[in-house]
Amino acid sequence: MDDIIAAISTALGAGGISIIRVSGKGSISLVNSLFSGKNLEEVESHTINYGHIVYDGEIIDEVLVSIMKAPKTYTVEDVVEINLHGGIATTNKVLEILLRSGCRQAEPGEFTKRAFLNGRIDLVEAEAVGDIIEAESEEARKMSVQGLTGKLSQIISSIRERLLNLESRIEVNIDYPEYEDLEDMTTEKIGKELEEIGQEIETMLEESKNGKIIKSGIDVALVGRPNVGKSSILNAFLEEEKAIVTNIAGTTRDIVEGRMILNGIMINFIDTAGIRETNDEVEKIGVDKSMQIIEKADLIILVLNNNEKLSNEEKELLKYVSTKKNIIFVNKNDLDKKIDIADENVVYGNTVDKNGLDSLKNAIKSIFQLDDLVKKDFTYISNARQLSLINRAYEYIKSAEEAVSMEIPVDIIENDLANARKTLGEVLGEVYDEELIDTLFANFCLGK
Amino acid sequence: MKYDVIVVGGGHAGIEAAYATSKIGHSTLLITGNIKNIGDMPCNPSIGGSSKGVIVREVDALGGLMGKVADKALLQMKMLNSSKGPAVQCLRGQADKELYPSIMQKALMSQKNLELKEAIVEDLIVESNNVKGVILSDGSKIFCDILILTTGTYLKSEILRGSEKLAEGPHGEVRSNYLSDRLKDLGFKIIRLKTGTPPRIDVRTADLNKMQEELGDDTRYSFSFDGESSYDVNNQEKCYLIYTNHKTHEIIKDNLDKSSMYGGYVTGVGPRYCPSIEDKIVRFSDKERHILFLEPQSMVENSKYYNSYYLQGFSTSMPPDVQEEMVHSLEGLENARILEYAYAIEYDAIDPLQVKPSLESKILNGLFTAGQINGTSGYEEAAGQGIIAGINASRKIKGLEPLILKRNEAYIGVLIDDLVTKGTIEPYRMLTSRAEYRLLLRHDNADIRLRNYGFEAGLISDSQKEKLDRKILQCEEWKEKIKKIKIDKSILNNFFENARTSSLEEIIKRPVVNLEMLKEIYPEFKLCDKEILEELVIEVKYEGYIVKAYNDAQKLTKLEGKQIPSDIDYKKIKNLASEAREKLEKIRPISIAQASRISGVNPADISILAVYLRKEYGKNE
Repeated sequence: MDDIIAAISTALGAGGISIIRVSGKGSISLVNSLFSGKNLEEVESHTINYGHIVYDGEIIDEVLVSIMKAPKTYTVEDVVEINLHGGIATTNKVLEILLRSGCRQAEPGEFTKRAFLNGRIDLVEAEAVGDIIEAESEEARKMSVQGLTGKLSQIISSIRERLLNLESRIEVNIDYPEYEDLEDMTTEKIGKELEEIGQEIETMLEESKNGKIIKSGIDVALVGRPNVGKSSILNAFLEEEKAIVTNIAGTTRDIVEGRMILNGIMINFIDTAGIRETNDEVEKIGVDKSMQIIEKADLIILVLNNNEKLSNEEKELLKYVSTKKNIIFVNKNDLDKKIDIADENVVYGNTVDKNGLDSLKNAIKSIFQLDDLVKKDFTYISNARQLSLINRAYEYIKSAEEAVSMEIPVDIIENDLANARKTLGEVLGEVYDEELIDTLFANFCLGK
Repeated sequence: MKYDVIVVGGGHAGIEAAYATSKIGHSTLLITGNIKNIGDMPCNPSIGGSSKGVIVREVDALGGLMGKVADKALLQMKMLNSSKGPAVQCLRGQADKELYPSIMQKALMSQKNLELKEAIVEDLIVESNNVKGVILSDGSKIFCDILILTTGTYLKSEILRGSEKLAEGPHGEVRSNYLSDRLKDLGFKIIRLKTGTPPRIDVRTADLNKMQEELGDDTRYSFSFDGESSYDVNNQEKCYLIYTNHKTHEIIKDNLDKSSMYGGYVTGVGPRYCPSIEDKIVRFSDKERHILFLEPQSMVENSKYYNSYYLQGFSTSMPPDVQEEMVHSLEGLENARILEYAYAIEYDAIDPLQVKPSLESKILNGLFTAGQINGTSGYEEAAGQGIIAGINASRKIKGLEPLILKRNEAYIGVLIDDLVTKGTIEPYRMLTSRAEYRLLLRHDNADIRLRNYGFEAGLISDSQKEKLDRKILQCEEWKEKIKKIKIDKSILNNFFENARTSSLEEIIKRPVVNLEMLKEIYPEFKLCDKEILEELVIEVKYEGYIVKAYNDAQKLTKLEGKQIPSDIDYKKIKNLASEAREKLEKIRPISIAQASRISGVNPADISILAVYLRKEYGKNE
């Protein structure tokens, strides 16, 4: 129990706040190294500290960090709890950073196990420790099985196959050096394959980790004429979701007016200040500006007034909007209907009695299949452990590549390859140590 | 009659076991079917090879005989994998099949406390799960405190050639008919294994000019840490390389149903590591030719192996007439005379999951097993287990804890751990890829790794120990010295472009720098002991990687230290998954580390086990 463990201790995607718990000797200084704010190593025990998690010069999230020094903690070890409000993506990112920085992903029930082993839980309670471990591991197993359907596991399997193949070609040279008819695995050959394998992992990391929706959320532009109710809609959302209303720069470099979290995914409302203060003369410019926003946003919510006929400008907007993912929200349905628009794909509502706002949310969910995203593609988004394993595998490949370039002998290079393969195997839950030998004898004809 | 130790079997495992216990001082009886067969090499005429060469060194480091005897019986010697890195270099020697056993027999005959006896053991004397002795085929009884079974392939062995099945051991030796049944009655799970050997050829009838010569290395090498090998470096025997061809493959395909394997006469599981030639052709049907070697068996004139060459790669269970055809289809062997036909052999072994890491049986107190009876294949694998069985038999008599080599300490440790943790369904052969810490398990440092264990056991003398201590000390001194010694750029410029003045350490770390270059750069190295210099260069050059492997291994060592009491009742641990419980129950690992290596035992099970241990056994888990 001399290492530092970390895990997300709140249900992901359930709300705006999540907590990552870190336990073990050295956990305070480890978190401190990623924290900008007070020096956590010098603060009193059992205090909550405000600051930011910073990694590689980038601010990851605004956080509250609870410092609890041993022994008066759950695990009787130093414990740090990081409160984040970043949704799935940020929470995972922070966990992943912790795992990269020297923490180990806690096993199911491990905090409780430590509490017991450190004497905090007595023998009577200990009966339950096994139950907790069993229950949590069952849950983790389900989650990983669920998450590993589809493309990602296929990609990982195929990379593992490649590694296995490469390794067996190296090993066969080592274990059967007298077989002169075997391919000689030169460092050049190995280097070339490593480069390709490295690229495959890179691509996979890009695709899985940087899926834009997961990483930075969905940029939504609320478009419409002045006074059509854009701000009211926004405020209604934000109030209900208790989201953060800030004016910090969003990832799109536009001003984000507010954020809410829907199924754990960040919804960024992009400021449409450009059209808000337009007058007749510059209406044209306003439309142009709207076009630009439409161009960049992932989703356009075009807000129209139920009580008015469509203007020419709105007709033009409708045309443009139809080329993108869009929702038409006809506001003020508490007033008489004067709008001349077909009912298809249109959500009616009003911000006075908040009618139609849930339909609007559901429309967003259904367009981006957010319900499915959480369930079906859990791996991509929810599993920092897997991400950190893939990153580690990538580092092994890089280290092997470096060794090749330094003309380090193959027996040492092979070590990195085996580690990369085993690490990827952990992602799939397949750690099977006879596989290399099986491959060796399946692919090569050897022996007396 | 009563002995401290009885060893049954005079193969490579039995030799090391009997030598160890008698050398330590226990009265030992070695029983074998034929004393003249002690140390026989029934299969290939070579010792060592990839990873196996390291095992020979490990046996030597512990104080065993194999390396020393091989050094006196070499016909050719090679360093394998010298270009593939420090972790996998190994020695392989062609050994004289006449000399090796005869030197071995002399060594054992002159060994104090050791008696040799010709007999066949057919039964055990057992009293309430304690082994007390053996019963011979004539009904006579011999008693002992510890029994070591190293029966090789002699338990109910059958020799197969085509449809012919002979109830005998290799070379027509007498087999044990009932011992394996008796073991089964006592609760042992008996497995049936198969292996095979190729034909032997009269070299005078072979056209060697048609074959590619395979020569030994120019440098003298020795297996043993204690003395020089005795072969003539400039006059080593040659091996020859040939290939199978289309005609060979046709003959085999046409006669496939006549082979014991494909004709359905074999029940045992054969190793993937040495498939018969018919297996190779069936399984790798697109391969146009297979590589074969012709290796000398003995240069002792008028001996039974003189002029007899071993056709490596051509193991088969075809009937003799087909073997004739097959051999004659090979280039250079068109008119060759077969001196001994190839055969497959089936034999009984025990399930190694019923063996403890000490090599003592879980079923019978005082019974140890080593070698092929435990499901392994190979002379070296047998010797490695034999010496451990011997050492642990002695430790048991003395009431000491057994010697259990860890996976990061020795290939022998990997071998035994694999056997007792994972079991085997085919004859187990060592491979370098089985050793996750192979960078630590090098052949050059086997003495540093293991000699102290041999010393502690009483198998290594004071002077051998002093030599080791000197080596370690000098290595350490050099490691400090090379940091301080600066080599001027004017010298280095002869070797590298744009060289700067650097310390000797920095120079050694350069990948391109080898031993020969070093001696030129820093002539004082020419005076340095070769062994020490090699050790130094490897340790310095690959320091980063070695340290990394060492640190990884340390984590493992910690878990190895977390012992599981032998009386643990897994049924009482309520949350264990049923597969894990079943496996733990069966294998009964001795430590948390061993438990975690069992397939089907998951991290959650390990956690639950750890919590249970703390709860039941308190802080001293």
